[in-house]
Amino acid sequence: MTTTTERPLRDGGHRGLRRGEAASGWLFTAPMLVLLGLFLVVPVLMALWVSLSDWGGRGSPFSGGVGFVGLKNYAAVLLGGGLAEQDFGMSLKNNAWYVVLVVPIQTALSLFLAVLVNRQILRGRGFFRTAFYFPSVTSSVAITVLFLFLFSTTGAINAVLGAIGINGPNWVNDPHGIFHFGASSGPAWLESATVLDIPLWDWIGGPSVAMCIYIVMAIFTTSGTFMLLFLAALQNLGGDVQEAAMVDGANGWQRFWRVTLPQLRPTLFTVLTLGLIGCWQIFDQIYTGTRGQPAKTTITPAYLSYTSSFQDQDWGQGAAIAFILFVIIVIFTLFQRWVLRDRRVSRRRMRMYEAAATRGSAR
Amino acid sequence: MQRRISRWLMAGALAASGTLALSACGSGFQNTPSGGGATATSDLTSSDSALTVLIGSSGDAETHAVQAAVDDWSQDSGTDAKVVAASDLNQQLSQGFASGKPADVFYLSTDALAGYASNGSLLPYGDLLANKDDFYPSLVRSFTYDGQFYCAPKDFSTLQLEINTAMWKDAGLTDADVPTTWDELSAVAKKLTTKDHVGLGISGEYARVGAFMVQAGGNLMNDDSSEATADSDANVEALTYLQSLLKDGSLRFAADLGAGWGGEAFGTGKAAMTIEGNWITGGLKSDYPDIDYSIHELPAGPAGKGTLQFTNCWGIAADSPNQAAALDLVEKLTSADDQLAFSTAFGPMPSIQSAADQWSSANPDLVPFLAGADYAKGVPTAKGSADVVADFNGKVGSLATEDPKAILAATQKNLEALLG
Repeated sequence: MTTTTERPLRDGGHRGLRRGEAASGWLFTAPMLVLLGLFLVVPVLMALWVSLSDWGGRGSPFSGGVGFVGLKNYAAVLLGGGLAEQDFGMSLKNNAWYVVLVVPIQTALSLFLAVLVNRQILRGRGFFRTAFYFPSVTSSVAITVLFLFLFSTTGAINAVLGAIGINGPNWVNDPHGIFHFGASSGPAWLESATVLDIPLWDWIGGPSVAMCIYIVMAIFTTSGTFMLLFLAALQNLGGDVQEAAMVDGANGWQRFWRVTLPQLRPTLFTVLTLGLIGCWQIFDQIYTGTRGQPAKTTITPAYLSYTSSFQDQDWGQGAAIAFILFVIIVIFTLFQRWVLRDRRVSRRRMRMYEAAATRGSAR
Repeated sequence: MQRRISRWLMAGALAASGTLALSACGSGFQNTPSGGGATATSDLTSSDSALTVLIGSSGDAETHAVQAAVDDWSQDSGTDAKVVAASDLNQQLSQGFASGKPADVFYLSTDALAGYASNGSLLPYGDLLANKDDFYPSLVRSFTYDGQFYCAPKDFSTLQLEINTAMWKDAGLTDADVPTTWDELSAVAKKLTTKDHVGLGISGEYARVGAFMVQAGGNLMNDDSSEATADSDANVEALTYLQSLLKDGSLRFAADLGAGWGGEAFGTGKAAMTIEGNWITGGLKSDYPDIDYSIHELPAGPAGKGTLQFTNCWGIAADSPNQAAALDLVEKLTSADDQLAFSTAFGPMPSIQSAADQWSSANPDLVPFLAGADYAKGVPTAKGSADVVADFNGKVGSLATEDPKAILAATQKNLEALLG
C-alpha cells in the first residue's frame, strides 16, 4: 500500500526539474565504466575462461581448437598429487605464514607510530612523519635488492653479528623453517599426515629464514603507508570524547583502548583488509629477489601462477591458481569483517559500566 | 520498480558491451591452422614482410654481434630484419604466441622447447636445414620433440673443471696431478682445502651435479627424455660420492660459500677449483681479471668421462608470415663463419662439427670444453621437466645431510608424472 502512495511522488520527480539526471549520470561515468570494463572485467572473464580450458598459449583462447575441460586445472592444483599440487601447497604454506606474521605486526606498528607522531608535544613531528613514510615511497625493487645485500653472508647484518662474536647464518640460502628450531625431522605422525601433499610438519615449521627477510621487509615498507591512514583517522577524532573520558577519570591507557581504538575501527578494517590483500598478492619482491629459492621456501601463489603460465605454458593452471587466490582473499576479508563487526556491548561489560555508573551516582 | 528495470537494462548493456569487446579481441587473433609438420620447403609461408629476431642477450657484445650478422643477411637477401634484445625472453615469446604475432626468429632454450612445441607455436624446420648433418648429434637430440627435429642449435657449452693456478702450486701440486678419476679428484680437493678456501666449490644444482651422474653412467632422464631414470644406481652412486666430499669439507656449494654461482666462489678465491661451462671465461675476465686459472676435462667416473651440455636454438614461429626467409636467415646464422664470429664476441662454441678445428686453433686454452662434445649429455627436455629440476635443485642444496636415495626417489616420482 505504501508503495502506491510513494510512486507518484517519485515519478513526479522524474518528470520535473530533475528529468534525465540518471542519463547524464551514466554519461559522465561512461568513460570510467568503459575503461574498467575493458581493462578489468574483460580480462578477468578471459582469465576465468582460461582457467576452465586447455588453452596452451598459442593464438586466441576463444579460437576453435581450445576445449572446455571443466575443473581439471583446479583439480590438478588441489588434488593432483603431483608436483603441481606440492608446489601450490608449498606456496600456500609460505604465504600463509607471511600473512600471519606481517599483517598483525604491521598493523600494530603503524598504529603505534601514528599515535607517536600524533602527539602534540613531540618535537620535529614533520621530520618523523616523513622518515616513517619514506620506505613506502621507495621502489620495492630497490628495497629488495638492498635487503638481499644486507642479509648476504658477507653483508652488513652478518658483519655486525660477527663484531659481537656471533657467526651469522647464511640468511638468503637457509631453507629451514624457523619454528622447527633446527630440528631436521619431526614426529612420525606429523611427517606422514599431509595437506596438499605437504607434510603437517612442514606446515607448522613456519617461514624459512629467507622468507623472514621478506617479512621484515614488508613490515618495514608498508608500516609507513598505514601509519598515514591511522594518522588521518586520529586527527579526525574530536577532542570532546577524550575530554569526557578524562572527566570520567580514565587514564591514558584506558582512553586508548576504550575510547580511541573503538573509534578507529573503520580505519582498522581498511588497514587490515589492504594489508591482507597486499600480503596474499606478494609477487615483485620474490620475482626480483630469490625467485622461490631456497628449496621453494619463498614461492607464493602469485609467483607460482606466473611461472606456471609463462615458463611452463600451463596457462590453465596458472589462471586456476589466480582464482583460488582470489577466493582465499575474499574468505579472509569476510572473516575479518565478521570479527570486526559492530557488536552490542556484551553483558559482562554492560554490568561493568552499570556498576561504575551506580558508584558514580552514589558518590 | 522502474529504477530497478533500468538498472537491469544497464547491467545487460554492460554485459553486452563486454561480450562485444571480447569478440573484438577474438577477431584480433589469427586463427591459423596448427603449424605441425612442415616437410618440404614449399610448405613454408613466404612474403616480403620484415623479420623480427628476438634474442635473450647476455649484453651489448652479443646484441651487436647478432645485429651485425643479421644486417649482413638483410643486405644480401633484401629482406628487412630487426634484432630485439628481450628483457624477459620467455614472457615476450609467450605474449607473441598468444597474440598470433610472434617474433619470426628467436632464441629458444631446451627446457622451453617442449612447452611451445606442444601447443604448436613452433615450426619444426630442422629437417629442412641444408647444414642439418653438420650439427652435433647430441645437440640435435636436445631439440627433438616427439620425433621431430624442431630447430637449429645456435651454439653450445659444456661443463669442465677450472683450477686456480696459484692455489694449485701452493698445495705442491703439478700438472701431473690433474685429476682423471673420482679418487684423484677427492685427493686433490682435500689437499687444496685450507682454512681460507675449499678445494672444490660448485653451484648446488642439477646443472653441475648432473655431470657426476653422467660420469657414473646415469642422468635424470634418458637421452630422448622419454623415460625417467632419476633413481638409477648410477645416480645414487654419483650423489653419494659428492656427499662424501661434502662431509669431509673438501667440497662446498657456492651458496654455502656466500657466492651466487661457482664462478663467483672461484673468482673471489673461496674455492680452488670449480666446475663451470664456457661462460666462466667471460665472467672471470670482466669481474675477476687478475685470477690465473687453467681449464681441464672433468675426471672420469665409474662409467668413463661425462659432462653436461647446454644449448639454445634458433626457433622459428609457426605463425611467422615469412618462414622461408627465416629459414634462410637461420642457415646463415648457424654457418661456420657466423658461429665463429659469435664465439669470438661472446663465448660459446659453434654447434657444427665443421667449425671445430678452426675454433680449437683459435682457442687453444678452451679445448677441453670442445672435447666434452664427444661425451656430453643434454638436460631433460620433457614438458614440465624444468619444474622437476628446480625441485631437485631445492633438495640437492642440502645433500650433505639428506639421503641421496630419497632425493632421487622424489625426483623420479615427479618425472614419471610428467610422462603420464
